[in-house]
Amino acid sequence: MTNSFSWNFVTDLRAMWQYEFMRNAFEAGTIIAIVAGLVGYLVVLRRSAFATHALGHVGFSGAAGAVLFGVNPVYGLLLFTTTGGTGMALLGKRASTRDIEIGTVLAFLLGVGLVFLSLYAGYATEAYSILFGEILGISDAGVLLTLEAGVVVLVALALMYRPLLFASLDEDVAEAKGLPTLALGLAFMLILAVAISFAVQVVGVLLIFALLVTPAAIAVRLTQRPRWAALVSVAVALLAVWLGLFLSWYEPYPVSFFIVTIAFVLYLLVRAAGFARQRLVARSDREPPSAAAAGPEST
Amino acid sequence: MATSSLRSDAPAAGADGAPALRAEGLTVAYRDKRVWQDANFEVEPGEFVAVIGPNGAGKTTLFRLLLGLQRPASGRLRLFGAPPRRGNPRIGYVPQRHTIDNDTHVAANALVQLGVSGTHWGPGWKAGRDRRSAAEALAAVDALELGTRPLSALSGGELQRIFLAEALVGRPDMLLLDEPLSNLDLRRTRELVEVVHRLVRARHVTTLLVAHDINPLIECLDKVIYIANGRVATGTPAEVLTSASLTELYGVPVEVLHDSRGNIVIVGGEDPHEREGR
Repeated sequence: MTNSFSWNFVTDLRAMWQYEFMRNAFEAGTIIAIVAGLVGYLVVLRRSAFATHALGHVGFSGAAGAVLFGVNPVYGLLLFTTTGGTGMALLGKRASTRDIEIGTVLAFLLGVGLVFLSLYAGYATEAYSILFGEILGISDAGVLLTLEAGVVVLVALALMYRPLLFASLDEDVAEAKGLPTLALGLAFMLILAVAISFAVQVVGVLLIFALLVTPAAIAVRLTQRPRWAALVSVAVALLAVWLGLFLSWYEPYPVSFFIVTIAFVLYLLVRAAGFARQRLVARSDREPPSAAAAGPEST
Repeated sequence: MATSSLRSDAPAAGADGAPALRAEGLTVAYRDKRVWQDANFEVEPGEFVAVIGPNGAGKTTLFRLLLGLQRPASGRLRLFGAPPRRGNPRIGYVPQRHTIDNDTHVAANALVQLGVSGTHWGPGWKAGRDRRSAAEALAAVDALELGTRPLSALSGGELQRIFLAEALVGRPDMLLLDEPLSNLDLRRTRELVEVVHRLVRARHVTTLLVAHDINPLIECLDKVIYIANGRVATGTPAEVLTSASLTELYGVPVEVLHDSRGNIVIVGGEDPHEREGR
């Protein structure tokens, strides 16, 4: 499609929002970005990036199975990711150290997903949208379902935010203080499973990192205060989704490509800025201090 | 030093006359294996106690009992006159193991704050009071200026002070510190011992500190709990750390040597096989 871009963003947005699929995409994308940004912050703190990646892949076979049986892929995703998430949570404290076990199950499940797809009489477009996302195809009902899931996740997070943060940062103390750390771990994996199942609509299982990990990874390098970091993470996710949708209106490339590129570029910028600042600090440390130097000790 | 850290609190602990800690015929097992047995000891409120012994002797196990994370195989254990339970707000705990490392981009005072708010459910809009408690705890361990630094950028000694503040923030009557001195150089060890000692005296908080080496602590201690060879000996350092007492504890000849500065060297007690496992 070719649409002409004006520098008046209100006109631009009004033009694209005349189409229902664009409105739906913006609505669903906004909900998903908020959820993914918040959940992503906990993913980064808990070092659950591998689990996130794994659950996305587990979700693939669920979605493929749902397609085969003519069900909404999101239900297949939810079934498989929550089951997988429960398994990982019960595996114990550090699911990230179980990467060999998880990877083994993962490869098998991906194979099963492949069989589902090959049994499915349709074309490869279904597989394509599961793998890379298809936010422009989301229906009114899909937006509503996304909203419902988003509200559930946000309420759960609001109730458990501090215990979850505590158990993520200092598990042994949290346990001694009487927090149910195993149950919290399980609750977190279920929240993660729901977030992934819906984020797949935007970026697909293969690009899930860009929404659920990268924004939070950017945020923790910008601010060390948990509440601010969570907000920054949401802001980055929103920026990537909105800008991605906006650009895709003018350029003939997939939305998910724009979203992952924006997230990646922001990540590079933040890392580069951090690196430059470190160099600067190191240089100013090497210069002799103007005030009286306090002995030969340098720590 | 902040003045608030010197404020002496009313000794809520032991106001009822019960000792801070009392063990009678206490025996513990870990996976069907007896760790130590028939321990009898008492700790008075406000005492500074070192828990010493070779690796795997069951020092951390004692903490697990006190925290209510493990039950004794037999015998009786009382904390301020009550049986131990998980989530006891009278205890502040610093474990040996932490998940925090140089990838934890979280401000130190956020962690200290979780020491008081981390067990609260719900959204928690009013964080102001928790923030003040955190600042007060940080001041008490001389770490107020570390509060805004990310945990990822702190040194080992600085981290231990943050963990101490995290344990202290709920104003506990008892501190359980598991190997806070390991991996610290001599100077940081001395600094941390000084901070802990001052807290014990100023706040009248009963403190048990697990350590490998008793020497940096020996000047400040009221009592030693020595765990070795499946048994527990208790008393003042002068009573416990003698050749006769340790020889009886280990069941093999042990010699306690003193150097010119009052440092202690214990020779002969550590069975190399005992160092393996837990």
